Amino acid sequence: MTTAYNGKLLRVNLTTGEINPEELNIDLAKKFIGGRGLGTKILFDEEIATVDPLSEDNKIIFINGPMTGTSVPTGGRYMVVTKSPLTGMIASSNSGGVWGAKLKYAGWDAIIVEGKAKEPVYINIDDERAEILSANEYWGKTTENLVEEMLKLYPKASILNIGPAGEKLSLLAAIINDKDRAAGRSGVGAVMGSKNLKAISVTASRTVIEPFDKDKLRQVTSDCQKKIIENGVTNAGLPTYGTPVLVNIVNNIGSFPTRNWQESYFETADKISGETLKENHIVKQGFCHRCPIGCGRVIDFNGKIIGGPEYEPIWAFGANCGVDDLPAINEANYMCNEYGLDAISTPCTIAAAMELYQKGYISDEDCDGVPLKWGSGKAIVEWTKRMGQGYNELAKLMAEGSYRLCEHYGVPEYSMSVKKQEMPAYDARGIQGIGITYATSNRGGCHVRGYLISPEVLGLPEALDRFSIEGKATWAKIFQDLTACIDSMGMCLFSSFALGAPEYAALLNAATGTDYTAEDLLEVGERIYNLERIFNKFAGMKPEDDRLPKRLTEEPIPGGPSKGELSKIDITLPDYYNVRGWVDAFPTNDTLIRLGLEEEMLKEEVPVV
Amino acid sequence: MIEIRLFATLRDGRDKIIKLDSNSISLAGDVLKHLSISPENVAIYLINGKHSNLDAPIKDGDVIAIFPPIGGG
Repeated sequence: MTTAYNGKLLRVNLTTGEINPEELNIDLAKKFIGGRGLGTKILFDEEIATVDPLSEDNKIIFINGPMTGTSVPTGGRYMVVTKSPLTGMIASSNSGGVWGAKLKYAGWDAIIVEGKAKEPVYINIDDERAEILSANEYWGKTTENLVEEMLKLYPKASILNIGPAGEKLSLLAAIINDKDRAAGRSGVGAVMGSKNLKAISVTASRTVIEPFDKDKLRQVTSDCQKKIIENGVTNAGLPTYGTPVLVNIVNNIGSFPTRNWQESYFETADKISGETLKENHIVKQGFCHRCPIGCGRVIDFNGKIIGGPEYEPIWAFGANCGVDDLPAINEANYMCNEYGLDAISTPCTIAAAMELYQKGYISDEDCDGVPLKWGSGKAIVEWTKRMGQGYNELAKLMAEGSYRLCEHYGVPEYSMSVKKQEMPAYDARGIQGIGITYATSNRGGCHVRGYLISPEVLGLPEALDRFSIEGKATWAKIFQDLTACIDSMGMCLFSSFALGAPEYAALLNAATGTDYTAEDLLEVGERIYNLERIFNKFAGMKPEDDRLPKRLTEEPIPGGPSKGELSKIDITLPDYYNVRGWVDAFPTNDTLIRLGLEEEMLKEEVPVV
Repeated sequence: MIEIRLFATLRDGRDKIIKLDSNSISLAGDVLKHLSISPENVAIYLINGKHSNLDAPIKDGDVIAIFPPIGGG
């Protein structure tokens, strides 16, 4: 019987050089779907929660969902799951492009990489064949150059790699695939670097994945495709302007964090908006595998055609650093891809450094010719490069992220982070629900673990009052649980502007042979969310890690349309724990039993190393 | 005088910022009529940065921001 799973995992041990195919437990896969859910389950069962993230004991899993590589719209995502060196907790970092689909076509649902190579290596996969090869000649190369070199050897391959930042174990290091798509968050690139693993190239001869019920999947896919084509966000807003279309709306409600969240309205935001990007820089749309939306931006950068910035880096390099120089933002974003850096945490760390410079903690001498001044286009470009290169002591410190940087100067409260990971581009003081999802995200500060911006700002699927706290805990839970499913299926979160739980359940059932209702599917998402939370508990997470920076609860927004607002997380967090069936940030035994996590509940907690 | 800011596809064939005499406008929906924008093309309507519906009253000095369906992440 076919399902959309290949039924095969590839385990690669870089210490011993062993490469072994393993059978995928299909029942287990269905219980956790795939991708983010199944990756966390594997990591949990292999007792990774307590290891040092940058030691050879950590494992890094590149894992598809059942929809990856199918004909389902946006079915091209893969997930990198590991223990994060940035947060010390679960990392699951998602990316598009074509790499995940290629891996699926090559016959693998996942690659589990363990151990550490003695010297730089890469893994080459050509359908069933896999080999570990020397990467000595590639070590030190930036992304584009590396990919061009490797494509000479493997012309039909899709390449996933780290840049110099990952090699130097920057805690902000990303994994880049297909030149400009990134599994960006939580320092997953440093885990690859710690294993001396530079790249994974994948060549595949297949182009089709056989689902459980081909006819049914064709029909459900067609229904979903229709909904995406008829939806105003997925048929016009995102294709025309990409994610940067959000700059103006978020700024116009006064929730656009500015100068490291000291303010929340950026006077010249339209100079860095999606509309301006389109008018002056866009060449064409960029599409991931099987994507009918095409939110990617392809830009002309001084005559060179490259991947353009998303909303998040435009905000983080822009308003958050006080910069309205769009060409400089484009260049800084390109440098993130080239050096392999997270394009959210990197600029947010530069913003924190700018506040430290403003307040006299960082001196001109530390800056070595490039002052960390608000509004400096030169500073955002040069300090991104310097962080990628480990240029000097300050750059090395910044490459560990804003929390460790600010802690070094004795002012960790200037780090706008949760669980040591930088928060994204929406001020939770003026949008109450998103603050719950920031505080309780299992991977630290993040907007795509429960995107309540949809109802609270964009009015989708229905409009909620952004200032109100009523019902927000329940909304947060539902969004977090559904997102866990989408991430585990191998689909893009942006499909959820047009699709809901009933559509995702129908797709999954047709592809894998499950018989889930929408409610069942949400329960699977809840199971995944709770499993991540137990992983974090084993990793040493404490209840106080579910907190927002003091600035959001103690410093009201000083001006603009959300003037005077503060986060009410002290009220919403107990509501949220109640809705989740958690006490002091962790699930009760009753909750775990209800979700079929008895096995995990009974596992004895191992002392944190 | 009221200030109207248009965004995304609503800028097609129109200025980004339009200033109107407030005497001719009493409700939010009047602005759409004045600019020949169909209500079904409007997803978000802000008055002074606050989400509003088309029945909301408009007063002199208001800043209005109008968006078609948009999304991102």
